Amino acid sequence: MNRRLFLKHSAVAMFGFGATPLWLQRAAFAADAPRKKVLIAIFQRGAVDGLNVVVPHGDRNYAALRPNIAVKDSLDLNGFFGLHPALAPLKPIYDAKQLAIVHAVGSPDPTRSHFDAQDYMESGTPGRKTISDGWLNRALPSPPKPSPVRAVSMGTSLARALRGSNAAVALQTVDGFEVRDPAYEAMYAATVDKVMGGAGKETFEAVKLMESIRKRPYTAKYPNTPLGQSLLQIARLIKADVGLEVAFADMGGWDTHANEPAQLQNLLTQFGAALAAFHADMQDRIDDVCVVTMSEFGRTAKENGARGTDHGHANAMFAFGGGVKGGEVYGEWPGLAPDQLYQQRDLAMTTDFRDVLGELVTHQVAGASVSRIFPGYGAPKFRGLVA
Amino acid sequence: MKQWSIAVAAVTLVGALAAATETKSFEKKLSNDEKIQHALSRLTFGARPGDAGAVQRVGLEKWIDAQLHPESVPESGVASERLGRLTTLSLTSREAVQKFQVGQAKQKNGPQVLIRELTEAKLTRAIYSERQLEELLVDFWFNHFNVSVTKGAVRFLVTSYERDAIRPHVWGKFRDLLGATAAHPAMLFYLDNWQNSSPDARRLLKVKQAAGINENYARELMELHTLGVDNGYTQEDIGEVARCFTGWTILQPRLGGEFLFNPRTHDQKEKTVLGVKIPANGGQRDGEQVLDILARRPETAHFISLKLAQRFVADEPPAALVDRMAKKFRETDGDIRAVVQAMIASPEFFSEGARNAKVKSPLEFVVSAVRNTGIDAPVLRLGQKLVELGQPLYRKVEPTGYSTMAEEWINSSGLLARMNFAAELKHPQAGSPEFQRR
Repeated sequence: MNRRLFLKHSAVAMFGFGATPLWLQRAAFAADAPRKKVLIAIFQRGAVDGLNVVVPHGDRNYAALRPNIAVKDSLDLNGFFGLHPALAPLKPIYDAKQLAIVHAVGSPDPTRSHFDAQDYMESGTPGRKTISDGWLNRALPSPPKPSPVRAVSMGTSLARALRGSNAAVALQTVDGFEVRDPAYEAMYAATVDKVMGGAGKETFEAVKLMESIRKRPYTAKYPNTPLGQSLLQIARLIKADVGLEVAFADMGGWDTHANEPAQLQNLLTQFGAALAAFHADMQDRIDDVCVVTMSEFGRTAKENGARGTDHGHANAMFAFGGGVKGGEVYGEWPGLAPDQLYQQRDLAMTTDFRDVLGELVTHQVAGASVSRIFPGYGAPKFRGLVA
Repeated sequence: MKQWSIAVAAVTLVGALAAATETKSFEKKLSNDEKIQHALSRLTFGARPGDAGAVQRVGLEKWIDAQLHPESVPESGVASERLGRLTTLSLTSREAVQKFQVGQAKQKNGPQVLIRELTEAKLTRAIYSERQLEELLVDFWFNHFNVSVTKGAVRFLVTSYERDAIRPHVWGKFRDLLGATAAHPAMLFYLDNWQNSSPDARRLLKVKQAAGINENYARELMELHTLGVDNGYTQEDIGEVARCFTGWTILQPRLGGEFLFNPRTHDQKEKTVLGVKIPANGGQRDGEQVLDILARRPETAHFISLKLAQRFVADEPPAALVDRMAKKFRETDGDIRAVVQAMIASPEFFSEGARNAKVKSPLEFVVSAVRNTGIDAPVLRLGQKLVELGQPLYRKVEPTGYSTMAEEWINSSGLLARMNFAAELKHPQAGSPEFQRR
């Protein structure tokens, strides 16, 4: 049975003829439309140490800055940079020219506060705290009949990047997304509390759509880690073709002030395995699905006194799928000599994170406009990441 | 029939909510009955059946005064009896390691027992304690000075942290609370200061393990604990504060040891913090002096007042209220009881703009639902529910603690979990839109 028929039949089964509810009309509408392209943003919360993830082994200052924690066995990418060995599952994707890396990328705002920097990277407006919605929400156009699950944020709260005027759903698992007492729908529909009523409406519409997805078994294998399971849920939504356009997932624990090598080994193993599993699962539609990773800032170029690093500035981002031209490390390398470091301590920024996100999002989301997504950002300089 | 009664309950609350969500008037006063309801929703973890009548009989002012002086409130027998059964609550950190560290001779169970009992204690107190405002403040200050058991040795230290560093100071001077957290091994470990040491230590002393500045605590001390983010300090200040706290470490950190000032890893040179010179050779006094400076800055008075008002009044509290609280903070050298009292005595506290203006956090939701039914719920199950609702106790990884703002908690995932929890509790009203507010 094709998808459109499935949706129509399930509507009949549940509600009988002539009573197709709005959400199902939307889903059927989405099914008639061309298959959606999907953008997936992954946030590494806590500020990952980009210098030990995409290692500039060709920079003669690197090893000297980090006598105890430099990565010595990185997997060489181009003679200058190497991948942390725990990211070995990503190496074939890079070699197949699907995975791209941007280095020395970050936010122009100087803050080294996790809280502020995450906020700026999710609002998409560095230095401006008054913007209450997120860049990923603003990336969505406003079609007449949007799918109730066009924007999904994995976890127990709706990510800042997805807050805004377009409906967005926070989701832990497709299977668990159900309501056990049917009386609530009417209760939320009747309330004059607009905030609660609105959240309720979005929720109940999504609940019904999830019901249809749940019925179909999903067998692809993902690591049993938080990020692995988040990507599994996103994959289920993508393959069900229910109109998903943007998704957001995060992974915490990157704030490696102490004992960094062991921590990074563990975190990157999880990170690389999850991304590689998703990449493999999406092979039949890799041109439609684009993944981009980010973290609020980088870490100090020099190691600290506890085999760790403190809060820094520029970092590295990954992107694959969706027409991304991989097999390359993009961006100018600013160098790690004392006079090349930002404030004499951190990797300097040569690419604004909005250049990367802006390029991917305009390529991936029909009708997205950079000036709307990143208000006040005058002249984006795209790096030519996508074909 | 059941559905009808829910619908009726929803409709009767409609008028009040419309006013709260749309006009937001902090000038409009409340009726006496409304005041009592509001006091119970803000100064307790939620009204129990019969609470409103009890407050009415005692008189609202007297009831508030008693909550502000909890030593005058007899503790509930249920709470005392149940807390008495939780034997790990009185352990020192060293005893906790001896009993629960994997590989220790006396160990039968793992450290998860410690967290289980802490969770049980917290929920038991929240549901049954008669000293409700005190419990709200313990929750508020623990969250303000957050540590997380997800980080290494903290799991053995957090029992003592809540009991010895937070609880005794929630009605006292802010400086004392700040000092108690700064020197507690749980905080020293969580924000890495135990490894923060003078860069000269390695060269001079050949101490390989401890040999460099770690500015994690210094930054969060200013950003989260005192001044507020980007509020009157610079990166240079962070570096100088970190130098002041070099040598603040833990004696035998893996064995649950105590605070230790190690002069050998302390940076003895002169420092300048927020323009104040801290002379050379100050030793442990350097850190104490930093805490003195920070606790007395007007930015701190304002930031702490704002955070309290955001928890107890509204996500965006009126500036006049916050200023009044901050003034009280400065006048009383950071007397927390006086600041809380000033907040409650302010006209904005009992106003239409404040009523039902806050969205309950998962903890507030779960506990208020149980209190509202008056049933005896198994608290450990409630702890599990909080994981599903997005607020696992003692496990907030980030030093920010949990948000008290509506935008953090209103979303589809959370709403579903709340509705399903209410259904499980056989108290469907708790899943209604109105019940999500306080």
